[in-house]
Amino acid sequence: MSGFSFNKENEEKFQALLQRYPNKASLCLPSLWMIQYQEGWISQEAMVYLAQKLDTTPMEIQSIASFYTMFNLKPIGKYHIQLCKTLSCMLNGSENIRDYLIKKLGIKPGETSKDGKFTLSLVECLGSCGTAPVIQLNDDYIQNVTIEKLDEILDGLK
Amino acid sequence: MIVKIVSKNFDIPNSHKLDVALKHGRYTSLAKLFSMSPLEVIEEVSQSGLRGKGGGGAHTGDKWKLIPQDSQKPSYLVVNADESEPGTFKDRQILEFDPHLLIEGIINASYAINAHHAYVYIRGEYVFWAKRFQEAIDEAYAAGYLGKNVGGFGYALELTLHRGAGAYICGEKSALLESLEGKRGHPRLKPQGKEPEWFFGAPSVVNNVETIASVPYIIQNGATAYRQFGTECSPGTMLFGLSGHINNPGIYELPFGISMKEVIEKIGGGVKGGKRLKAVIPGGSSVCILKADEIENVTLDYESLKEHGSSLGTGGMIILDEDTSIPKAMKNLFEFYHHESCGQCTPCREGTGWVDKILKRILDGEGKKEDFDTMLDVCDMLNGKTICVFAPSVAFIANSYLSKFKDEFYKLCK
Ligand SMILES: Cc1cc2nc3c(=O)[nH]c(=O)nc-3n(C[C@H](O)[C@H](O)[C@H](O)COP(=O)(O)O)c2cc1C
Ligand code: SF4
Ligand code: FES
Repeated sequence: MSGFSFNKENEEKFQALLQRYPNKASLCLPSLWMIQYQEGWISQEAMVYLAQKLDTTPMEIQSIASFYTMFNLKPIGKYHIQLCKTLSCMLNGSENIRDYLIKKLGIKPGETSKDGKFTLSLVECLGSCGTAPVIQLNDDYIQNVTIEKLDEILDGLK
Repeated sequence: MIVKIVSKNFDIPNSHKLDVALKHGRYTSLAKLFSMSPLEVIEEVSQSGLRGKGGGGAHTGDKWKLIPQDSQKPSYLVVNADESEPGTFKDRQILEFDPHLLIEGIINASYAINAHHAYVYIRGEYVFWAKRFQEAIDEAYAAGYLGKNVGGFGYALELTLHRGAGAYICGEKSALLESLEGKRGHPRLKPQGKEPEWFFGAPSVVNNVETIASVPYIIQNGATAYRQFGTECSPGTMLFGLSGHINNPGIYELPFGISMKEVIEKIGGGVKGGKRLKAVIPGGSSVCILKADEIENVTLDYESLKEHGSSLGTGGMIILDEDTSIPKAMKNLFEFYHHESCGQCTPCREGTGWVDKILKRILDGEGKKEDFDTMLDVCDMLNGKTICVFAPSVAFIANSYLSKFKDEFYKLCK
């Protein structure tokens, strides 16, 4: 039995999207996004639910969801700090920011703080190289990151 | 040096809003567009010599000609807003500051290839830009620039924004279409002959955001007007990027054919901290690196970069100062390529990882001189025998780092 279902808003969105593609298979990524925004992550139950909706197998959904790095297949912290580690950011000091974050948060990249507040990830080029170094904090970009700027933002988070 | 065609409205306050956009010329190409036949539109774009701005530089008109004009089947326009090539951050400027220009371009291109539904595939990380663009789509629908009767000209066009979810390879056009079809982003095996792309079996065109945003100017002002900028083989302008060790990083619209060195010095304000230039990666990370002394006579166009052993790519230049460790820069990029290989082909999946490991060993001071040759061998294996061009281009660029900075690698080895 599936313990997940779309809330009303997402169900409406799903129905509307059905009209916008030649084949409902296209709804896979949009649906995974809706699940992630609804629950914070994508559980096995949710994948079973989605498989039924798209007439495919949970295995297939699993293999798709796991291909894309932005889908969280396990719960993560309330704030997801994703620091860009690629070249233009590295040339502009992202390694210092990384080391500072490890010290400040007491967690390594890939880990979540014990209180569940922060998850730290190192990610590849965020398409913001002209304002390096860059962090994606949940949905938002922080550009031209400095330690002072970072302190101010992180210390202000509840 | 700066010429503003695509970036003309970028500095206008609230340029992303429809009322402001309309005051500054958006959607004025439609009257001309719909007075032409689709074939005439394609011919005009062909004449302009417009080349794809997504990295490959394919002739846009030639691509559009591959779509059968008399087909009963629907055709689709798919706009590539995946923008994940390291050093590239230009398309998002269009999405942020002139989304209606992109919609206008989409109307132009869709009409030319007889598409009644267009999709924009945007990288998952671009949440702000996806919201911004969706707002523009909603405005355009409300004002009748999208929907059943575009601009009152009797053409029907739907536009759907589709978000990716973090996978560089989905920028490759066939992987993008797989992803749009709801699958993993695996590039497809390409047929030998020229044919269009396929979206659920329907003929489709995939074009980069900036390419599509260049079309309204061409239709409105004509191919000759576009050709007044740039060179014979590289007509028009491009949104060039500067990042890395540079005083004024950013995106600048420049005509093709101007001196790279001057752009770095005059527009970029020179290398950060008054240091000397060591090297430039000219067009996103997937093109060959050029040493400072190699860029003396380089001009920013397809021909010149090719002549100098690199490519124009996405026009996103990464500037490296004299203190940059090339082995470290190369390792950084191999971490990227190893992470982003889609994994379908063994040489690509494994080879990128091996080179990454060897580079780590060298940087940790445990490398041997043989390691250098091993890297060359692995690159040889990456070249050819794979489904898409990802692996061969990684091999190609690796060779440029290894051959041009051999001493630097050797110095680190025992
Ligand atoms: C590995 C790889 C990644 C690519 N990434 C992008 C990208 O992020 N954005 C893009 O527009 N084109 C990208 N391309 C090029 C596309 O495959 C395609 O050629 C392009 O979108 C076509 O549009 P254009 O002709 O207007 O440039 C990539 C190609 C490869 C091989
Ligand atoms: S070459 Fe690499 S990226 Fe391209 S299909 Fe093969 S494994 Fe995937
Ligand atoms: S390298 Fe960090 S945003 Fe591109």
